[in-house]
Amino acid sequence: MSNAAMRITLNVWRQPSPEVDGKFETYDVPGVSPDMSFLEMLDLLNERLMHDGKEPIAFDHDCREGICGSCGFMINGQAHGPERATATCQLHMRKFHDGDHLTLEPWRAAGFPLVKDLIVDRSTFDRIIEAGGYVSVGTGGAPDGNLIPVPKPVADAAMDAAACIGCGACVAACPNGAAQLFTSAKLEHLNLLPQGQAERWDRTINMVETMEDYFGSCTNHQECEAACPKSISIDFIALMNKDYAKAQLKQRRLVGQSFP
Amino acid sequence: MALESKIPAGPLEEKWDNHKFDIKLVNPANKRRFDIIVVGTGLAGASAAASLAELGYNVKVVTFHDSPRRAHSIAAQGGINAAKNYKNDGDSVYRLFYDTIKGGDYRAREANVYRLAQTSVDIIDQCVAQGVPFAREYGGLLDNRSFGGAQVSRTFYARGQTGQQLLLGAYQALMRAVHSYGVQLYPRTEMLDVVVKDGKTAGIVCRDLNTGEVFSMAGHAVVLATGGYGNAFYLSTNAKNSNVTAAWRAAKKGAYFANPCYTQIHPTCIPASDEFQSKLTLMSESLRNDGRVWIPKRMDDTRSADQIPEADRDYFLERRYPAFGNLVPRDVASRAIKHEVDAGRGVGPLKNGAYLDFTESTERLGHAVIEERYGNLFEMYERITGEDPYKLPMRIYPAVHYTMGGLWVDYNLMSNLPGLFVLGEANFSDHGANRLGASALMQGLADGYFVLPYTIGDYLAPLLGTKPLSIDDPAFTESEHSVEEQTRRMLSIKGTKTVDEIHRALGHVLWDNCGMARSEQTLNKALAEIPAIREEFWKNVCVLGENESRNQALEKAGRVADFLEFGELMVLDALKRNESCGGHFREEYQTEDGEALRDDENYAYVAAWEFKGTDTEPVLHKEQLNFEFVHPSTRSYK
Repeated sequence: MSNAAMRITLNVWRQPSPEVDGKFETYDVPGVSPDMSFLEMLDLLNERLMHDGKEPIAFDHDCREGICGSCGFMINGQAHGPERATATCQLHMRKFHDGDHLTLEPWRAAGFPLVKDLIVDRSTFDRIIEAGGYVSVGTGGAPDGNLIPVPKPVADAAMDAAACIGCGACVAACPNGAAQLFTSAKLEHLNLLPQGQAERWDRTINMVETMEDYFGSCTNHQECEAACPKSISIDFIALMNKDYAKAQLKQRRLVGQSFP
Repeated sequence: MALESKIPAGPLEEKWDNHKFDIKLVNPANKRRFDIIVVGTGLAGASAAASLAELGYNVKVVTFHDSPRRAHSIAAQGGINAAKNYKNDGDSVYRLFYDTIKGGDYRAREANVYRLAQTSVDIIDQCVAQGVPFAREYGGLLDNRSFGGAQVSRTFYARGQTGQQLLLGAYQALMRAVHSYGVQLYPRTEMLDVVVKDGKTAGIVCRDLNTGEVFSMAGHAVVLATGGYGNAFYLSTNAKNSNVTAAWRAAKKGAYFANPCYTQIHPTCIPASDEFQSKLTLMSESLRNDGRVWIPKRMDDTRSADQIPEADRDYFLERRYPAFGNLVPRDVASRAIKHEVDAGRGVGPLKNGAYLDFTESTERLGHAVIEERYGNLFEMYERITGEDPYKLPMRIYPAVHYTMGGLWVDYNLMSNLPGLFVLGEANFSDHGANRLGASALMQGLADGYFVLPYTIGDYLAPLLGTKPLSIDDPAFTESEHSVEEQTRRMLSIKGTKTVDEIHRALGHVLWDNCGMARSEQTLNKALAEIPAIREEFWKNVCVLGENESRNQALEKAGRVADFLEFGELMVLDALKRNESCGGHFREEYQTEDGEALRDDENYAYVAAWEFKGTDTEPVLHKEQLNFEFVHPSTRSYK
């Protein structure tokens, strides 16, 4: 492990608010330790900017452990930067070289309007969950946990999907600004489990159609999987598409029911 | 004002059931006539908001995050305890109760802890029904593991992401309530004041973080589920935005702050690498199930860990605590590691850690099993340190992790301010002086799903027919003005010290003098130094930009201003508690072999502090702890 300080040049998108035009600003950042996380490098730059009387760069972050999904921006055109399966907060400067030029931009997608600098508004993800990303069980009265056996491979697959942190990198990486990876992960986590079966078809239609209100369409570029800090597989998109096709059939009128 | 804990009479195992029957109910058709404001959307807040809305109450939810799902509960790794006895190893509600009381070093209420153990089993059922993907055995049933401080396997887990999965379960329940029960969600909104009128909680004052607009919200009751204050130390395992602001501003309006000196230092965190470090990262306690903690016997041993033979290693936890070994509770393990590092035997470039070694368990269980159990934690370790823990042992050192202290609440989880309820880490109630592993998730969800939804009715029922206070009332407008005035003041100082520089200075003082070990001398030193840092803040802080658009430095400044006041209370509480218990270790009070020495005769009480002004000493109210069912003994893990 080398501890020699590095000098990094950053080209950062600055935009005070959605109403004002943004532009790139260039910053020279000497004295970067390889042990710093990427966000600690930005902390360092921000401290220096404030000492120079300049407003710090706004960026979302919180847990800095790669689990809350708050952080993330494009680093040289890659969502969360060059390291696979790694959120920006877990990316460390030892992955870069002295003298590197890095361009930082916010997630760019119609579904994620800009708030400031590198911060975007991802509340559209909450709208997708609100549309059906849950099992409708109220508090109380649940049967004993072991009354619902779940085969281990099913539980593991559901967990693979549920690992999604909702950061939005999949949307940012997609040339269409599509949210299929996020939506399918959230959907299939529940659709795979026995607990999710009662509402499976309603959930599928409601989540998919809400997604389409805000985001683009999937054309199988697979950029989302490559950008995902949790390595969520695009297999879940295939499962979602299958469920959506089935849901169209299953949603037909059942015996004794009237048309809505 | 006397503290009324409202602990029900009767046998321990009947208290909660009797209480549920005795307290007042709100008729289902009348619940919609009550407005409840929930602040915070972690496990406690999200589960409470969803459950209250399902009952029919009008619920408003405030979070400073962009989405409720980002609350810091999400980062809990290891698991959640429940007395299910699925493993047939002798667990029971009473054993979980007993372990928690003992683990808390006999500084928690028996009745609260017993209720927590009782509800633990319902939490698992509820979460399974929601679709939380807990780990399963091949037969499809739920898997369990053991966890620090327990001799049974009662911990349920979802890989190393249990907190994430439980929070997503609660978040999904909340979003369902937004969709189906009319919950109003206010993301990117920070609560900055509690409004009290005629001795009752009337609502809160908030700031929209994107526009800077300050506005009021009125309700019949306010629920704070705003987490702990570990970030007072600057470096902790808490998320960067975690803060004491909501709880502290409530304290300044008259809510008592209880046991602020009880802070938990988690033994297995990655040691700091240098001064730019922004936070510390926890490595789950579950690692101690299969990892063995050691340091080289020779002080000047410069060999790489894998070159040091068994004979030259000191497995000091196994040596000192043969019965519990590497699984001793957090406070005990942390102090033992500190003891070795302080003696100069630490490992790593800065000699600030101990090894956590998986060689033996990898040989016994195979690489695949270790990867299945801890794969994501090993990856995280490698990402942060650049070292591969499959090849070299991890380096660990204790870090501030959790705070057992919090706003004082009665058995109903209501503070001394009528109508102000406090849940989860933000209250003081269940963990005494030390929390056991996998119990924080349990408490957050117990409070939110299964305690508050019943107990809040007892307060609300008599208020039927009353309207919440108008937000045009002077109580609200004056509070809005004071919030706006503080913002204006912070922006106008235009000094030369950044908020982080001041926060770091406070953190150093607290860690050095009120950290893993404290003494009368260090605490007095801290009491002398903190006011100077506070003064520097108000004279020389640099907050650039404006109020009217997103301003993260301004948000941080408000939170640090509160830490600067609160930190002093934490030190004062530590100074006045002349004993050692759990996470509060006073160097003057220890046994011959360096263990915590309690003083049950004089200090078996909850210290609840009443704020009297920033430069005035707060007033101490004592709630005596009575142990009717368990006899406090010296904690021994040998």
